[in-house]
Amino acid sequence: MTTEEQTWELRLYVAGRTPKSVSAINNLNKYCEEHLKGKYKIEVIDLLLHPQLAEGDQIFAVPTLVRKVPVPIRKIIGDLSNEEKVLVGLNIVPLKRVVSG
Amino acid sequence: MINNTNSNPALSAQELKKSPTGINGLDEITRGGLPLGRPTLICGSAGCGKTLMSLEYVIRGALEFNEPGVFMAFEEKSEELATNVASLGFDINQLIANKLLRVDHVHIERSEIEETGEYDLDGLFIRLGYAIDSIGAKRVVLDTIENLFSGLDNQSILRSELRRLFQWLKEKGVTAIITGERGESSLTRQGLEEYVSDCVILLENRIANQISTRLLRIVKYRGSMHGTNEYPFLIDEEGISVLPVTSLQLNAPVSTESISSGIDSLDTMLGGGGFYKGSSVLVSGTAGTGKTSIASSFANATCLDGKKCIYFAFEESPMQIRRNMLSIGMDLNAHVEAGLLEFNSSRPTLFGLEMHLVAIHKKIKKFKPDVVILDPITNLITVGSVAEVKAMLIRLIDYLQNEQITVMFTALALNNTINEQTDEGISSLVDAWLLIRDIEFNGERNRGLYVMKSRGKGHSNQVREFIITNDGLDLVDVYLGPAGVLTGSARESHIANEKSGIALRGQAVNRKDREILRKKKVLEAKISGLQTEFESLEEDLNKSYEDEELKEKIEKESRLEMIEKRKGTKPKK
Repeated sequence: MTTEEQTWELRLYVAGRTPKSVSAINNLNKYCEEHLKGKYKIEVIDLLLHPQLAEGDQIFAVPTLVRKVPVPIRKIIGDLSNEEKVLVGLNIVPLKRVVSG
Repeated sequence: MINNTNSNPALSAQELKKSPTGINGLDEITRGGLPLGRPTLICGSAGCGKTLMSLEYVIRGALEFNEPGVFMAFEEKSEELATNVASLGFDINQLIANKLLRVDHVHIERSEIEETGEYDLDGLFIRLGYAIDSIGAKRVVLDTIENLFSGLDNQSILRSELRRLFQWLKEKGVTAIITGERGESSLTRQGLEEYVSDCVILLENRIANQISTRLLRIVKYRGSMHGTNEYPFLIDEEGISVLPVTSLQLNAPVSTESISSGIDSLDTMLGGGGFYKGSSVLVSGTAGTGKTSIASSFANATCLDGKKCIYFAFEESPMQIRRNMLSIGMDLNAHVEAGLLEFNSSRPTLFGLEMHLVAIHKKIKKFKPDVVILDPITNLITVGSVAEVKAMLIRLIDYLQNEQITVMFTALALNNTINEQTDEGISSLVDAWLLIRDIEFNGERNRGLYVMKSRGKGHSNQVREFIITNDGLDLVDVYLGPAGVLTGSARESHIANEKSGIALRGQAVNRKDREILRKKKVLEAKISGLQTEFESLEEDLNKSYEDEELKEKIEKESRLEMIEKRKGTKPKK
């Protein structure tokens, strides 16, 4: 079902450079490099600079990671410190199994 | 004490400023509105009008006070909200286009959300801040933040973030309404909002006798006096109306002008002229005593006078009343056509008492009548307790007195002995009370009308017989005689008897006079008879006396003759 060619479009909403947002950005980069190398795009949006964007993706907590593609949209809120939860949330785990198995 | 705050300018400057809601009656209870620049909690169970009240607050703020508002909806979408209030005559989309309102729908879908690690609600703050700043909002509604709790797992973060939110709203200087679902043991499910809010308004939907009444109560209001009662409110096509239970003062204007009851003899009985303008009149009586007829006659007289009357019928349909009144010579149709008379018929059970009261208020405000008739108030008992009906009527009377509108209630008295008090217990409230009683006597029932009271008028203390004829209503003096109170045919026959009695008595006198005369004559004849008898007896007696004297004389002479003869002496010759 999952297509190998598909590019993952991820969007991370943060509010300023708080410790939480920094750790979220770092965590995200790390997971993506590990599991989605070469087929992902990360967009970091600072809501302090672009508050009007919060409404579009229904953001109410920060940091929030939004998986735009592949659909359906998934959201993960928090500093993404729990790797397993993030992968489950983004539905990346099966892909990893295919790759490793 | 009270004057202190007003006379001291420094103190009054410190006094809490308020943000008027524009909602009918709510500003009266809160003495000016919600605390300005502070958060207010509106809580209540499902379907009690939290969302509507908060939405009306921002909409009225935008329309009436030119204060833009932000409505942050966690439950309903913007379009849904627009549809919901379109029925109340508010056009949200127009307000949004005019930058007076901004609706932000926060959609929290638990299934697509995963939580990992630390986070905060800055996203929400930024979103709200952006919405506020984009239109310069003064009013903010969050409806309802509880959805955050159902959407997110980490309660401790949420609780601390909500505290921060309230603080942040205060710093922003916006007047905020936060709605909350009623919890089981506390006002809200989280037991949090009521402590951080400066004002808490509790809405309730209470069902009694299968009829629901919406109630509003101000649980707390920091730094302000407020009404503490439960105030009924209702939602209709013009939004929310809250009714203060009673007006605080008894200072309604009074009039010395009189208004005719439509029955001349009743006007006379009431001390001439009829009822005072702006007074309240109660007509009570048992079933079928003609209460509606009296009320209709009052309406008829008012309309004939060129004044306006509104008739609230809780028992009969307007058509029925008009037909029935035509039979006693009152053409109410003509008044309806002339726009002087308006009928409003509704079953009491159609809605709760408060709804009735507000419906009545509204109709009165629209029609501006001189006279209001409620026929009968008894049926309202079916939708409320006696105390509730009384409270409602007090408020109605208060209102009407202020407006100088004369009101007539009719009430069904359940039996003949209930003449001291009506069921609704309003007889002490009204200014005039007419009581119609069935007087059962001589195998028929007749109606007796009493004026139980008529404040400020020297009214008659007499019982009158109240009769309904083809030409209308009339009062007749009842016959008060040695045999008691006579009414109906008994009275008629008694009057006839009295008339015939005079003639009979005359005849009787003549007859007796003649008899005496005759007796006298007989007596006189007897007397003369006796006299003649006596005379003849006397004559007889006299005669026998003479005879005896004569006899004696003769005997004496003859004896002397004999003596002389025997002596031989010859009598000298």
